Amino acid sequence: MDSITVLMTSPMSDYLENQLKDRFNLVKLWTYSSKTDFFKHNSHSIRAIVGNTKIGADAELIDSLPELEIVSSYSVGLDKIDLRKCQEKGIRVTNTPDVLTDDVADVAMGLMLAVVRRVCECDRFVRRGLWPKGDFRLTNKFSGMQVGIVGLGRIGSAIAKRAEAFGCPISYYSRSEKPETNYKYFSNIIDLAVNCQILVVACALTEETHHIVNREVIDALGPEGILINIGRGSHIDEPELVSALLEGRLGGAGLDVFENEPEVPEQLFGLENVVLMPHVGSDTVETTDAMADLVIKNLEAHFLKKPLLTPVV
Amino acid sequence: MASDQATTPPPPPLPEIQSHDLSQVIVLHPPPVFNYFMDLFSKKFHLLKAWESPLPLHEFLTNHAHSAQAMLCSGTGPSISADIIRLLPSLRLVATTSAGLNHIDLTECRNRGISIANAGEAFSEDVADLAVGLLIDVFRKVSASDRYVRHGLWATKGDYPLGSKLGGKRIGIVGLGSIGFQVAKRLEAFGCNISYNSRKRKDFVSYPFYTNVCELAANSDVLIICCGLTEQTRHMINREVLLALGKEGVIVNIGRGAIIHEKELVQCLVQGEIGGAGLDVFENEPDVPKELFELDNVVLAPHMAVFTTESFEDLCDLMIGNLEAFFSKKPLLSPVMNE
Repeated sequence: MDSITVLMTSPMSDYLENQLKDRFNLVKLWTYSSKTDFFKHNSHSIRAIVGNTKIGADAELIDSLPELEIVSSYSVGLDKIDLRKCQEKGIRVTNTPDVLTDDVADVAMGLMLAVVRRVCECDRFVRRGLWPKGDFRLTNKFSGMQVGIVGLGRIGSAIAKRAEAFGCPISYYSRSEKPETNYKYFSNIIDLAVNCQILVVACALTEETHHIVNREVIDALGPEGILINIGRGSHIDEPELVSALLEGRLGGAGLDVFENEPEVPEQLFGLENVVLMPHVGSDTVETTDAMADLVIKNLEAHFLKKPLLTPVV
Repeated sequence: MASDQATTPPPPPLPEIQSHDLSQVIVLHPPPVFNYFMDLFSKKFHLLKAWESPLPLHEFLTNHAHSAQAMLCSGTGPSISADIIRLLPSLRLVATTSAGLNHIDLTECRNRGISIANAGEAFSEDVADLAVGLLIDVFRKVSASDRYVRHGLWATKGDYPLGSKLGGKRIGIVGLGSIGFQVAKRLEAFGCNISYNSRKRKDFVSYPFYTNVCELAANSDVLIICCGLTEQTRHMINREVLLALGKEGVIVNIGRGAIIHEKELVQCLVQGEIGGAGLDVFENEPDVPKELFELDNVVLAPHMAVFTTESFEDLCDLMIGNLEAFFSKKPLLSPVMNE
């Protein structure tokens, strides 16, 4: 299939890049000095895009590639893809669900434990030589804390399963109630925030969920409450979050995602009640390879006119 | 009109509960719970506070504690050695705020018929939570990547190196007691496979049992040390066990520092013979080997696994409950059984 031209939008994975190079004619968007330059050389040959959470396939890109047939995203999130345009033009879209569910849920749990039990703060305490001066202080107990999940999809359910093993009562807010679980459903996010101690954002980013965690929700969660975000930075009104943390109106936060990655509000750097990770939810050797394999399998299936493995559109 | 009322004399003050009316409890060194709750103990018991006396310990005990029947201790402070026990002829109970018993001469207690009460399962969940927190941190580089972000490196140096998936990993639990069981229960929910080594096989679990820790290590990706420190377990985790665990292997210790041969652990970490470590305990606390401070694949905690408000409150209730039960000749709440 090396006559088929595939566009990779950013250097997301060496393994994936090599796999694509072996099978297709690979064009790398980041090697072009300008958009005009890129379009001049490639607009008529590209039949597939491999995008990710940084650069997907927006309207401009889609419109400029008349031969585009498929967008295969190296992510489960679709917020960087203009799905409506793809639908209109009959362009297929695939993502990488399931293979990364466990890893992202694990990071959510890691953030919860790190914030509640102050693991990172303890590590700093020891490394700074403070232990000989006196014991660390008391934190809250994690087991049994009430966990509220925004979005009970694959990742949200995986988080619930893990938190249950710690005796945490689970509640959730989702587009639809899931009666097959015995978790407590709330029909709106404010009620969920009022009734939980740890609020976890695990839903997809859409127009409806943009800034779903705003000042009102943060106030409802309160000065003892903890906010965990493994979704997308734009789920949370970031300036509101920062001021709530600085003013002590929110108890703590564990964040893997931010509104303008890789920029992270510097005011957070001095806070002990936050844990900050650089969007590593699915960043394990095992999972990134599995995601890459799924991208490749979807592309091959498409060009061999076989059913796509994980189609979205 | 001002009237010169004959004022009735105030009632006589209630007699103060003299501390010598309360049962004596000898305390050599304040347990960590005393930082928060000492007054709760002082109200109910006459605390003989050896650490506050200018006298050397042996003198204090001889002069002031000969009728003390109960002692409250913890893992910190002087060990409750045979020497000390012999200076307390009335001693019938040693209550320790720890789950661990390695600081108490158990043989001397047994020979003298001295009962022991410990923390029981009061903080098994908290310790298990920290063990899992440390493990996730090592595998997914939580503390290391948090450092990376706080130093502004994400924007300048780019994406952080990949971690390792927890699901499917083989967890070897060393010591399947109350804490080990809580750890196993939690990690099962992450899709991990549990095996264990313990003094005895446990009938209530179906996890594979290994008779020796080296074999457990050879068949595990992770070792979590959840056992007590005894003569048998001192330095049980040595270079041989660590090499069996292997270059990708991770070790988590929430037991006692001396269960691991610390020098050999440090060497293995520095030389890349094992993949990483999460450590809450060390051989010479609060001293931590400085070589570990250079490593990003190590997460360090200052023996704080039980340091939660809930655990300390529960522990306080439990210790007071044990002492009250002892003095009213009722069964102890959390006695340590002779095995």
